[in-house]
Amino acid sequence: MTFDERYFAVGRLDRLSYGRSLIHRLDPRVKVVATLLFLITVISFPPHEIVALLPFFLFPVLLLTLGGIPAGFILRKIVFVSPFALTIGIFNPVLDTRTVTVIAGLPISAGWLSFLSILLKFVLTTGAALLLVATTSFPGICHALRRLGFPPLFVSQLLFLYRYLFVLAEEAMRMTRARDMRTFGRRGLGVAVFVRLVGVLFLRTVDRAERIYGAMLSRGFRGDIPMLRKFRISFGDLAFLAAATILLGAFKFYPVTEGIGRLAQGVWP
Amino acid sequence: MSHHIIDFADVHFRYPDGTEALRGIRFRITHGESVGIVGANGAGKSTLLQHLNGCLLPTQGTVTIGDLALTARTRREIHKKVGIVFQNPDDQLFMPTVFDDVAFGPLNLGLDEARVRERVDTALAMVNGLSLRDKPPHHLSAGQKSAVAIASVMAMEPDILAMDEPAATLDPRSRRLLISLLKGFTHSKIIASHDLDLILDVCRRCIVIGEGRVVADGPSEEILTKRELLEANNLELPLSLQKR
Ligand SMILES: Nc1ncnc2c1ncn2[C@@H]1O[C@H](COP(=O)(O)OP(=O)(O)OP(=O)(O)O)[C@@H](O)[C@H]1O
Ligand SMILES: [Mg+2]
Repeated sequence: MTFDERYFAVGRLDRLSYGRSLIHRLDPRVKVVATLLFLITVISFPPHEIVALLPFFLFPVLLLTLGGIPAGFILRKIVFVSPFALTIGIFNPVLDTRTVTVIAGLPISAGWLSFLSILLKFVLTTGAALLLVATTSFPGICHALRRLGFPPLFVSQLLFLYRYLFVLAEEAMRMTRARDMRTFGRRGLGVAVFVRLVGVLFLRTVDRAERIYGAMLSRGFRGDIPMLRKFRISFGDLAFLAAATILLGAFKFYPVTEGIGRLAQGVWP
Repeated sequence: MSHHIIDFADVHFRYPDGTEALRGIRFRITHGESVGIVGANGAGKSTLLQHLNGCLLPTQGTVTIGDLALTARTRREIHKKVGIVFQNPDDQLFMPTVFDDVAFGPLNLGLDEARVRERVDTALAMVNGLSLRDKPPHHLSAGQKSAVAIASVMAMEPDILAMDEPAATLDPRSRRLLISLLKGFTHSKIIASHDLDLILDVCRRCIVIGEGRVVADGPSEEILTKRELLEANNLELPLSLQKR
């Protein structure tokens, strides 16, 4: 993938958030709170838990379908960052070899269980975060945080991070493009050029950031970004939050998978 | 009205790397004047414009806006009076959506919601950009960015308007729109540009800058017809004055 394509992939997550589905139209505050609850619940399970985590996949699946978000796109993003989780969990099977169960004659060690549990939690949490951005937009989340009482400085920083990320990416895209046009496919003559490019990129971004800050001061910036959009929590928003909370609570405190299994056995003896 | 006067008195500016960009600029612009700044690449036009609201402060000499001498302390007051459209619109647009960006200035001026919306709509309509309202600035074309940058400054309703090469990326129709917008702006305005026809159309007075100094200063019709003067500064006669 060329750099340009990668840049447009970043833009794609952003563009998904312009959608107008049921999920998109929920109040951002409600979505932020629900996502936080979801993250806390998933992370609070013990390190060897697997079965109880499975029902939680209902949430991302629902959001994907109702929000019209392409599942493949989100999955690829998760895979893209998964090395992080793999490196955290990869040594567990080696370090913890106690056998906990035997499935189909194969002894399963505690290490494998916790490794799998880490992976599941990772997929659930990153998936939830990505879906939040894809259905709410980053600025929307920032506005929500501000209205939920987060300090203005923190929220302004987040907004700038988002804006400067694109500034940086654009600057990098222009530079790599200019380099590629004049290196005739020889990939920019190696590491030496690359290191110097990164140096220049840094200087350019700092200059740029300074000029943007100047532009903000010119328009009366005093440290807090004023917000205009007023969100009003509707009945639908509250219903969504209530349903999410109840489901999360149920999945956390009742052995749902087991229940479904029993039910199935009851129906088909 | 004294508060719209711009006075440059022997202004020098040296960039941190030692480049002498301005070397003794002096001129005075009174209320309601329209002034074009022209000159070769690197003559110091952008540097000069950035002195108008204190993005840069002179290393020597004084800039006076209205009755305030420009210093780090008076900068904030001056920001409210002078609106600058930079040469590179990317430097100017920092909010997540076009609407937020144009609303940023009016909101900081403490206007209420209805007034802010009104100002944003008027400003965007001025540049034919109403359809861009909800787009993020980083997904706009170069000319659209320029248009939004102009709107974001017009929404502040400044007393003094300064633009650095505002028409370079605009298509002919948007350029026309800009020209009529500028003609309708009755307060003082300063426009730096290589588009000499635009200057001739909009500005009564023209200042030629060369190597950080004022080389010529006078009525546009006079300055922009002096072939030798223009050619000595890498410029040429406006197209509308060239005989074919
Ligand atoms: N950030 C900077 N650091 C050092 N020198 C600079 C910087 N910006 C501009 N200069 C130098 O200052 C001088 C004046 O630059 P300026 O940008 O004002 O020119 P300009 O008249 O606007 O040119 P153009 O028509 O190309 O826009 C040039 O010699 C330029 O190299
Ligand atoms: Mg310039």
